[in-house]
Amino acid sequence: MDQIPAIARVFAYLSLLTIGGGMAAYPEMKSLVVDVHHWLTNAQVIHIYSVGQMAPGPNMMMVAAMGERISGLAGAAVAALAFFVPTGILTFGVGRLWRRLASWPWRASIQQGLAPVAIGLAVAGLVTFGKGSITGWVTAAIGLAVFAATIRTKTNPALLILGGAVVGVIALR
Amino acid sequence: MKPAAAQKVSAADIFVTFLVIGATSFGGGVVAYLRNALVTKKKWLDDSHFLELMSISNTLPGLNATNMSILAGDRVGGTIGSIAAMVGMCLPGFIFMTVAGILYGEHGDRPLVTAALRGVAAAAVGLLAATWFQIGKKSIKGFYDAFIVLAAVLGVNHFKLSVPVVLLSAGALSIFIHRPAEEHPPEKDSEWIRFLR
Repeated sequence: MDQIPAIARVFAYLSLLTIGGGMAAYPEMKSLVVDVHHWLTNAQVIHIYSVGQMAPGPNMMMVAAMGERISGLAGAAVAALAFFVPTGILTFGVGRLWRRLASWPWRASIQQGLAPVAIGLAVAGLVTFGKGSITGWVTAAIGLAVFAATIRTKTNPALLILGGAVVGVIALR
Repeated sequence: MKPAAAQKVSAADIFVTFLVIGATSFGGGVVAYLRNALVTKKKWLDDSHFLELMSISNTLPGLNATNMSILAGDRVGGTIGSIAAMVGMCLPGFIFMTVAGILYGEHGDRPLVTAALRGVAAAAVGLLAATWFQIGKKSIKGFYDAFIVLAAVLGVNHFKLSVPVVLLSAGALSIFIHRPAEEHPPEKDSEWIRFLR
């Protein structure tokens, strides 16, 4: 229970870094959850993040599973609220202002300027994540196969993730 | 000033619509599900409206799924509609991941589960790489954007800068690069700006 305020702080802070998607916050999440607070191991963070890709809805709802591991049901609720409510209020406010900003020339600049930053941060997050998850030829092959299937076909991503689990059970035991 | 809603929709209707999307959209492709429900089926928004909301949602922190719920909920049902949309979108995933956390705590150490999770993690790398590859192909335009992408990657992974430092510095530089065209071109750009252009 004593971890609750820290959970609220950490996940609210991480939510502000999710420009363009959750992956941008990954390196900071790993460093705070694993190295600073010692709540989870690197492998646990990778596992939970990966399972989160199978969940319906927003793909960062895995913060609830992290909160649950750190501090039970209260931890799950606080992590999710801290992660989704502050940015939600910001979005609500800006959404209302947006029409008034329609003629502000910097609006387009901010939009175009942030796009490559968002991509760069996502790739950086992916590199951090990949270093922990691609650990041999089997995992590399799974990653490449899913990459190719996603680019070439319209296979449901949740099925591809499940396929990874099946191959893992067969080849990584 | 209240944004002009295309039509006023009840909070219950909004909640149920987003609850269904929140329960059935898998793999981060929530935007496609949202467009299908809000524009095609319910006709609460038209396409230009939807794209406008997408551009707000992309510019702000927060995930597209939740940002879009808040914005679309507000447009069709005001403040209450916004909250109904957000809660509906998040609830199924929240329950799913909380249960997943509990199960992981109880069974995560079993060798079979660990093997499956290692496979899942490797698959997630492939999936996320493909998603960002596709986004990158569409939105990296020219040398400049590529330079910013590279700078952000190296900043975090090689120089071990923290994400907020990279976000603020690369963000400021990139917004400056994409700054509004001046009505009267300046007398002379400094050398490096001309080089970068």
